[in-house]
Amino acid sequence: MPKKSAALKSRASAPAKSAPPAAKASTAARSEVVKPLAPGKTSKGAPPLDRAEARRLYRQMLLIRRFEERAQQIYVEGKIGGFLHLYIGQEAIACGIMSLLHKDDYFIGAYRDHGYSLARGADPKPLMAELMGRATGISRGKGGSMHFYDIPNGNFGGDGIVGGHIVVAAGMGYAIRLRGSEQCVVCFFGDGAINEGAFHEALNVSSLWDLPVVFVVENNMYGMGTSVERASAVTALHERGAAYNMVHLPCDGMDIVKVRDTFADAFARARKEKKPTFVEVITYRYRGHSMSDPGKYRSKEEVEKWQEKDPIARLGMFLLDHKFATGKELEAIDKDVMVEVDDCIKFSEESPWPPAEYMYEDIYVKTPTLNWRAVEKDPAWERSLPDDRVPVIYPPHVSQGVK
Amino acid sequence: MAILTMREALNQAMREEMKRDPNVFLLGEEVGHYQGAYKITSGLVQEFGDWRVRDTPIAEEMIAGVAVGAAWVGMRPIAEMMTFNFSLLALDMMVNHAAKYRYMSGGQIRCPMVMRGPSGAAAQVAAQHSQSLESYFAHVPGLIVIMPSTPKDAKGLLKAAIRDDNPVVFMENEVLYNIKGEVPDEDYVIPIGLSEVKRTGHHVTIVAWSRMCYHSLLAAEMLAKEGIECEVVDPRTIRPLDEAPIFDSVRKTNHCVIVEEAWPQASVGAYISDRVQRECFDDLDAPVFRVNAPDVPMPYSKVLEKLYVPQPEKIVEAVKQVLA
Ligand SMILES: Cc1ncc(C[n+]2csc(CCOP(=O)(O)OP(=O)(O)O)c2C)c(N)n1
Ligand SMILES: [Mg+2]
Repeated sequence: MPKKSAALKSRASAPAKSAPPAAKASTAARSEVVKPLAPGKTSKGAPPLDRAEARRLYRQMLLIRRFEERAQQIYVEGKIGGFLHLYIGQEAIACGIMSLLHKDDYFIGAYRDHGYSLARGADPKPLMAELMGRATGISRGKGGSMHFYDIPNGNFGGDGIVGGHIVVAAGMGYAIRLRGSEQCVVCFFGDGAINEGAFHEALNVSSLWDLPVVFVVENNMYGMGTSVERASAVTALHERGAAYNMVHLPCDGMDIVKVRDTFADAFARARKEKKPTFVEVITYRYRGHSMSDPGKYRSKEEVEKWQEKDPIARLGMFLLDHKFATGKELEAIDKDVMVEVDDCIKFSEESPWPPAEYMYEDIYVKTPTLNWRAVEKDPAWERSLPDDRVPVIYPPHVSQGVK
Repeated sequence: MAILTMREALNQAMREEMKRDPNVFLLGEEVGHYQGAYKITSGLVQEFGDWRVRDTPIAEEMIAGVAVGAAWVGMRPIAEMMTFNFSLLALDMMVNHAAKYRYMSGGQIRCPMVMRGPSGAAAQVAAQHSQSLESYFAHVPGLIVIMPSTPKDAKGLLKAAIRDDNPVVFMENEVLYNIKGEVPDEDYVIPIGLSEVKRTGHHVTIVAWSRMCYHSLLAAEMLAKEGIECEVVDPRTIRPLDEAPIFDSVRKTNHCVIVEEAWPQASVGAYISDRVQRECFDDLDAPVFRVNAPDVPMPYSKVLEKLYVPQPEKIVEAVKQVLA
């Protein structure tokens, strides 16, 4: 599938330019100002991608792409309802970041969340079933596209309230500090979310209290139809980190190797120094905001220009260059992924619809502090399930003080 | 039994629970070194340190959001709102996050947190600082809402709220902070969702919580001198509502007055009134009578403020009307 395009080659050798702080760069110009990682004294970057890991990541990015392409198709057929926000174009970010996370780390993001769960290694079947509103869905058919969660794997998934989860991530970081564990939190959000008050409140305290949270703004150039230039007084979004005395830097989100290098440093900072980092990952969403968006606010040329930097094609090229795979093998991976996605759809279509009782479940936790007589006829309480389904996702040790 | 103020009872509840469970921590504006804007958290930072008694910047959405995030990963935070008027800036955290993620995740998440602080009118602090917003929270499935009226209830219910695995909105009343009452010496909790008959009587049922329960008990005393015996039922928990003791009482007295400090429209009292007329229609000798704040913002002047908050005299009048 991947071809060595001229654009990619020229991109790789393009000299880095840095954006002046107040530059009102156009989205096109902005794509050129990604500084390569300027390694600081402590910057080590990620371990180089070996054959197995590079191939695993390639397959994972393709899985996200094919999963969403098929989701888009069956949405049109009426098999998925509501909002469907596609991550296509941004795959390198989730895959690069998740490849560095530890088993007991946490992450949380917004509604464009399919890629996060898949990159974290969730079984795609319950994800597709969730899109189709089935009982076997990862959220029992009660969340849908925007609400994938997989708590045993620290996946706090998708928030439908722009910016809301940024303060929640700070709370997870606070818990880690209280416990004294070596975990960290990743918080993904969009360029649109950065203008919410929650962003400001969360970054301030994360820096003030030294919380191990890595904040990731996925600058895909638009919040719905509003470009960054029309929404933000500062267009080099990472520079807002300066206001919170927080390490901040941009990163090329179309290149998984650069994503890994940037975030390896950020995670080391979080784990060792207990300090947050604010990374602006520069990327592009190929599709409309959601299925109802024909994308009239941007030109075909602009979209194509970004597609030339395609992150999957780029990793494919890396695999070929390093002789980690042959063209034939890459094609075979793609076929394999498509079969897997078809299986997901088959699984979902054969899955039962949620029974009516599901409506009343999962609202409250059955708790011994309650007077049960009062609520025995209230279905929300009566059908609240015992909490033994909720996994204990934190280390049992609790340190008393944090110094 | 010790005689404590509501303030001391709340302080004891938090101190005891923080000692009992290292996952409990407290955060909010001025909760630490200032000893609490209303001194509810007095002495706690000295005992538990800066990380478990966290002074925060003035950022209510963050305070609630940090509590939500910490609760989701296994802590038991208590988020203090300096007053519940400011909780409007944190409403998104409670309504869209604390109350929703368990449901949207198909039961994978729990949110054992408490948001607490004073609510209701105080003394001449005008329209923005005098509101009773319990219906905002009571409206939302997924939340628990508690409003105690005595020191004993405050301590027992706050301890239950901290131990509960659901998000709890615990609304205190600034005017009640100094009232005194008996508080058991032993470790006790009061179950959430348990109404209490605070005074027995057979002529009329008064349903009232928080400061209005206190006012209703004063009114009942005044009425007793005239030979009218009121039964005062304090639901204590607004959501879930323990309805049976209310219905039992109305079936006995055949008259019902609901007193609340909030505005009349779309309020908790409106809901209770609906439930009573539906369940006790044949037992009622008169329509349910409601006493509320007038349907206007709180004025500043003390003369007007006194007219605004339902006083015992107004409750006496209402009881006489419903019995007439
Ligand atoms: C608080 C809030 N306001 C508005 C919306 C409606 N809305 C949903 S997505 C969106 C755009 C967000 O853009 P961005 O943060 O850049 O994320 P992207 O969609 O590009 O991933 C808007 C306005 C919302 N969900 N929540
Ligand atoms: Mg965007």
